[in-house]
This record gives sequence, C-alpha cells and structure tokens, in this order.
Amino acid sequence: MEFHMIILVGILVTVAVYLLLSRNMIRIILGTAVLSHAVHLLLITMGGAGEGGVPLLRESDGPYADALPQALILTAIVISFATTAFLLVLAYRTYEESGSDNMNTIRRIDRE
Amino acid sequence: MYAVFVIFLPFIMAALLPPVHRLIGDRLIGWYVMAVPLILFAALVRLIPRIADGEIVSASYAWIPDAGIDLAVRIDGLGMIFALLITGVGTLVALYSIYYLSPRESLGHFYVYLLLFMGAMLGVVFSDNLMLLYTFWELTSISSFLLIAFWYHRKGSRYGAQKAMLITVMGGVSMLAGFLMLYFMTGTFSISEIIGMRESLSGAPLLIPAMVLILLGAFTKSVQFPFHIWLPDAMEAPTPVSAYLHSATMVKAGIYLVALFTPLFGGLESWFWSLSIAGIVTLLWGAFNAMKQNDLKALLAYSTISQLGLIMSLLGFGSVALSESAAGDPTAYAAAGFAAFFYLLNHSTFKGLLFMVVGIVDHEIGTRDIRRLGGLMSFMPVTFTFAVIGSFSMAGLPPFNGFLSKEMFFGAAVDVASGQPFAGGAEVLFPVVGWLASVFTFVYCTIIVYRTFLGPSQPEKIDRVPHEAPKGMLVAPGILAALVIVIFFFPNVVGKYVIGPAMSVMFPELSRQADLVPKIEAWHGFNLPLLMTFGVIALGLLLFITFRHWKKVYRVAPFRWTMDSIYRSMLGAGEAGSTILTDLYMTGRSRDYFAFIYLFFLVTVGGMLFLTGAFDPDFTRGPVGIFEISFVIIMAFAAIAMLFVRSRITATLLNGVLGYSVAIFFVFFRAPDLALTQTVIETVTTVLFLLCFHFLPEWKPEDSPLRTKVVNGIIAVGAGTLVTAFGLTVQGYDVYESISGYFEDSYKLAGGSNIVNAILGDFRAFDTMLEVVVLFIAGIGVYTLIALKPKKGGDDVEGK
Repeated sequence: MEFHMIILVGILVTVAVYLLLSRNMIRIILGTAVLSHAVHLLLITMGGAGEGGVPLLRESDGPYADALPQALILTAIVISFATTAFLLVLAYRTYEESGSDNMNTIRRIDRE
Repeated sequence: MYAVFVIFLPFIMAALLPPVHRLIGDRLIGWYVMAVPLILFAALVRLIPRIADGEIVSASYAWIPDAGIDLAVRIDGLGMIFALLITGVGTLVALYSIYYLSPRESLGHFYVYLLLFMGAMLGVVFSDNLMLLYTFWELTSISSFLLIAFWYHRKGSRYGAQKAMLITVMGGVSMLAGFLMLYFMTGTFSISEIIGMRESLSGAPLLIPAMVLILLGAFTKSVQFPFHIWLPDAMEAPTPVSAYLHSATMVKAGIYLVALFTPLFGGLESWFWSLSIAGIVTLLWGAFNAMKQNDLKALLAYSTISQLGLIMSLLGFGSVALSESAAGDPTAYAAAGFAAFFYLLNHSTFKGLLFMVVGIVDHEIGTRDIRRLGGLMSFMPVTFTFAVIGSFSMAGLPPFNGFLSKEMFFGAAVDVASGQPFAGGAEVLFPVVGWLASVFTFVYCTIIVYRTFLGPSQPEKIDRVPHEAPKGMLVAPGILAALVIVIFFFPNVVGKYVIGPAMSVMFPELSRQADLVPKIEAWHGFNLPLLMTFGVIALGLLLFITFRHWKKVYRVAPFRWTMDSIYRSMLGAGEAGSTILTDLYMTGRSRDYFAFIYLFFLVTVGGMLFLTGAFDPDFTRGPVGIFEISFVIIMAFAAIAMLFVRSRITATLLNGVLGYSVAIFFVFFRAPDLALTQTVIETVTTVLFLLCFHFLPEWKPEDSPLRTKVVNGIIAVGAGTLVTAFGLTVQGYDVYESISGYFEDSYKLAGGSNIVNAILGDFRAFDTMLEVVVLFIAGIGVYTLIALKPKKGGDDVEGK
C-alpha cells in the first residue's frame, strides 16, 4: 500500500514546487495548497496507512490505526486553510494596489 | 556581596533613571547621577587600608556553571587603582557635565549611557572570570559608541562612533579568542586560577598565540599604533565624555588588561618587545601628530594616544623583572611598572583637567580652533591658570605631578637601555625616542597655553564676547588642578597606599622578596633624567619658536600617509563587497527565494541521504485495493493536469479534485475525523478561490524564458524525487518504539472514546489552542487587508 502512496506524494510535491516557482500569484497559492495535500498524505502514510481499526474506542477493540498522525494532520489542515485564505486576500489586495498579479511586475513597482 | 554591589549600583541607578528623571526634572538629574560615583568612591576609599594590607575582597556566584562562567568579582590592588579613577574622575565629570550640557539636550539618554559605561568599566576591572570580563569589555565599547554618537544628527559623530566600535570590537573579539585559548590550556575561566597556574603554562604551544590575541584587544582599546586612529574621531563626543572615557578611563582598559596578564606573560621576551615597541612607536607618533593639530580636542586626543604609548612601554620595561633569563636587577626593572601606574594616575588628573579647560573654552567662546583663539588670559584668568597647571604637568615641569612621572619614565628607559635585559641592542633607542617624544610633548603643551590664552587676541574671528566660565563649571577642574599640585608634594602617600598594592598583584613573587615601592623624590640630584628634562625644555622652546619654519615636514610623504585612509578604503571596500554579495541573492523575486530554499533542501537533505548511505528504499508492497489504486491514478492525473490547463477555474477545480481525493484516502486510512474536516475545508477553500477570481484578472500563460522554466522543472522534479526517496527509505526503518499506544488509554486518561479528539482536546490541548490563535491572527490579517484600505487620494499608491 505504501509504495504507490509515496510515489503519489512525490508527484504532488513536484507539481507543488513547480507552481511555487512561477510568477503568477494564484499559481503560487495553488502550489501551497497542493503542497499541503502532499504533506498530509505523507504523514498518514508514514503512520502505517490502513493498518488497524478506526481509532474510536467504542467501535472496535483494537488494534487501532495510529491516532497521533491523524491529530497532527487535523491541525495542519486547519492551519493550511488559514494561510490559504490569508494569501488569497493578500493577492486580491496586492492586485488592487499594484494592478498586477505578476510577482516580477510587483517587484518593479516596489523598487521604484 | 559588597564587591558585586559596587559593580551593579550604576546599572541599577541607570535602570531607575527614567522615572527619577520624570520626577525631579532636568535641573536635578545630574546630581542624582553624580551621587553614584561619589558613593562608590567613598566606599572604595574606605577599602584602601584593607587592600593595602594585601587583603582581597571577592565574591562569586554561579552564573552559567556548566560553561564555567561565574559572576566572580575580585577587588585587589590592581583593580583598585582603576576603580578609583573610574569613580573619582566619574564624580568630577558628572559634576562638570551638569554645567556643561544644556537642558535642551536629551539628558536622560546621556546620563543612562554614562552610568552604563561606569558599571561596565567597574565590571572590567573587578571581574575575576574571563567571560565576565569580556562581557563588560564589550559593554564599554557599546556605551562608548552611544556616547560618541550622542549628537547623532552630525555626520562626524556617527562616523566616529562607528569607527571606534569597529576597531575596538575587532580587538575585543580577538581577545575573546585569546581567552578561549587560555581556557583550553587551563580548563578554567577564573583569572586568579589561571594566573596561579603560570608556571605549568610556560612553554605551552598556545601561549604565544593567546598572548598575541589578548594584546590585540589591549592595543585596540588603548589606542596603540596603528589602531590609534579611532580616538581623534571619537572627539565628536561631548567634552565631558572625552575627558572621562577617551582619556581617563576606557582607553586605559587595555593598560589594565596588560597589567592583569603581566604575571602570566611577563617573563616572555616577546611580551617585552611587543609592549615596548608598540608603546614607544605610539608615544612618538602621537606626540608628533599632536603638534600639527588646530583643533584643541584633536590635539589632546593625539597627546592621549602618545601618553598611553608611554604607559604601555613602561609596562613592557617593567615586565622584564619577571624574566629569569634577563640580565640585571629585577627590582630595578620593576620600578618601571611602578612608574607606569604613577603616570597612569597623573595622566588622568592633568589630562582630565585639560579636557575640561578645552570644554570651557569651547562652551564660552564657541570654538576650539587655535587659529581663531588667542589672548584669552585676561578674560578667563581662572581657566588660564588651570590650563597652565595642566599643560606644565603634561610637559613634565615642576612643581606638578607630571614632572615626577616623566623623570621616572626617563629613569626606567635609561635602565632598560643600559641593562640590556635581552641583549637585543635596540633597547638603546628607547630613551632616545622617549626623549624626542617628550620634546614634542613640550612643544604641544606650549601651543595649548600660548595659542589659546596668550598671543594676540582675535575678537573678529569669534562670535561671542569672551568671559569666564560660571563658577560651578570651574569646581571640577579646580579639584583636578589641586590634585596635580598635591600629588607633586605628597607622592609617597599615593605610592604606598594606591600603587603598592597593585605592584604586589603584578609582581606576586618579587613583591614578597623586596619592597617594590620606591621613594619618590622631587629632587634627586643632577642625574641623567634631570639633564634630559633640561634638554627637553631647551629644544622644546627652540622648536616652538621656529614651529612655522619646520611645519612643512608634515607634508613630507611618510608623514602624510595616514592609517586613516587605509581604514577608509577598507571600510569602503567592505561595504561595496557586501552590497554586491547581498544584491546577488536578495533579488526581490519570490521565485528566486523559493529556488534557494529548495536547492538548499536538495543539497543538504539529498546529500546527507546519499553520502551517509542511508538511502535504502523498501519496495515491499502490501495488498492494494482497486479503489485505492484508482484514486492514486486520479490524483496523479489531476495534479499533472494542473500544470498545463489554461484556465484558472479549471486549475482550482483540479485542486478541488485533489482535496476531495485526499478526503477519500482519509476514509481508506481509517481516519473519519480527517475525512470530514478535509471535505468541509476543501469546499470552503474552493469557494474562496472562486470568490477571489471575481476580483483578479484571468491568468496569462507564464511568460518566463524557457531556460527559467527548465531550471524550475529540474528543481521541482528534484524535490519530488527526493521526497519519494526519503519516504521509501523512512518506511523501511523502525528505529523508535511508537508512542501512540499511550493515547489509546484515552477514555481512562481524558474521558474521550474518540482518540483523535482526545489528543486534540486534552493531551495536546495547548497545541490546539495555539492553532486557534493562528486562525485568529489570519482572520485579523484578512480583516485588516480588506477593511482598512487607505483612502483614495492622499499618499496611497493606487492608480500609479
């Protein structure tokens, strides 16, 4: 099970990094979103994906799936949502102020 | 406790100063500050008899015991001399500055810096731990920086402050390296323990490097050639500061350091030569340059440089007494050490006095340029008298204390020259060069008195009507002037109670065998030093009268080359170099920064993975269900498609596909909470993206050049491959036992049967709380960005 999950994570990271390296603000933000998907999948895979039962004590008697990575990912999902939201609004305001969504153009305005 | 109190009183008073300042106002704050050194001076004077008996007051508290760093304080005879100067001159300077500084200045800052300096300087001379000493040492550099830059709106002040800081901190850091070498050799930072181990240290390979590095610290601080260049620029500080830091105390920290380490390094021939040569060269160069100055403060700065060189060379001569191989009588050589301390004390009195005199002239006349001054004697008789006393003392004339110490210097130099301790031959030059420098000293002392107070008056060149200074301003220099004369008549009191104890610290063994406190006599018969003084006066007068004719010598090449221009070009090159370097990586493009981050990640993590041979992929595959494999394929396609789609809506929907697929995987992986959260969040995120698109333009195809795209692709593929390699390697390892079993007791421990929820709400509740804080901050950020827009018009950037 793990092997193809890791390959998938590799593909997602590649796509995310390529998006992050681009000039368009929306592509950069999408890059961060894809990167967090990749990291969440990596974390849960590392925690022994698919082994054991649902970590609810009343549902089964164990062994349970590892609950710790799940807790970490839950936190990470919420935080990555917060950053995505903030970045989107930042992009919107930057465009409003500078009239561009291209990082290079914005840089030139900033330097002038 | 007492000893620690002495150091920390100034710091405590500095911390209390701002509220006190508000309470008592500008007029009284100076008196509050003056009380600090006065109390400490009185406390230290009470200690003098005990110290003179050879007692050592010490205290030690553990500070960072693991690193061997203690708050170890030790008051001995050596530190005492310096502490008396710091508190004594400190009191007078505080008193003087009450009248000198106008209430319009930011007095609060000034006095806080001054107290900071006072505490740091006391810390330097009373520390018994190398690291503690170093800390206080750098603190004196910092407070000196703040005080030089006190009038920071002036370019010269900022330049001078930076220069002083760079040079002294460079020396301080090399001194730190020297201290660490001592630590490696001895295993302790305690100064008294290190000094106690001096016999076992002789011949250690690191001893000479440590010596050189520590001397660098001492020479930069005590303005020895060629590091002297910062002192003239430091004269941009208010005159009380120049009198205090840059003549009486801080620049003598290097002298203290040398005296402190004399028991350790004193027997070394290289120690003798380093100190003597550096000192003698500085003595001559400083005196020679002082003569050509037009600014009285610059003149005094060069004269301070010169006299610090003199003291340094005396410490060099004195260190011979500790050498076993040196020819001659050690007790006679040790007299040079005595002369060094005596000169040190006298210098602080007459130089402090002269700085205050120059300050008065500057304050009352509005200039200190000797080309515009002259004939002030009849307007300022008291100041004139002080100037005469200070200058004649500095020139080495009786009946002033400078005469005694100058004679002792000649005597010591002659002793070294005739004794030939290391049979080097070059020692013969010491009295000759010293004598020549004294002639120059005589010339510039005459310049101070004659060009300022005698000679023709030039009222047309000054803006104000000259008049005597207010009485309060004359008190501090008056006390110093009185001391100059009193010490001449009663030098042996000072010798016995103040210098004697320091001698027994510097020459621990020798002082037990012989009395190292010579009897100082004003009249010592027609011997060589006295004849040398006659020569100084005769040739000095001649040179002063003919000064106009030989002034051209300053334009001769070797005297025109200044260390200053070297410093400037080094500074310029350094700044230009760092600008080039910074511009190289601070490009202002987010793409470059991301590229740096991922390249760094590739090189370090990838390098470690493959270089250490940790790469060990585990290709074992468990059973794979059809659902899983189809979602892996869906996600891979969706992700790759994101790179190629032309519409941003499609890209966002593809991101949604990824997000919902992740939720499905969470279901496969027995994580119902995650699946729920992911579904909700993914929905909201997609809505947010679409909402933003309403305000943002349709994206254009990436217009980067192909080369950049290829590099980006390589970095991206590299990062993806590395993560894959890493993941495959990690899952093959099982190094640590899982801690997850602990949480499975969640019902008993936290009362929750959903383990994930129990972790978030109980076991790691603080994490969750901080996560909420992050959300809150992001929310505030979003709100401010949208709600607090700058008004149209005005100075916003919209529409430009």
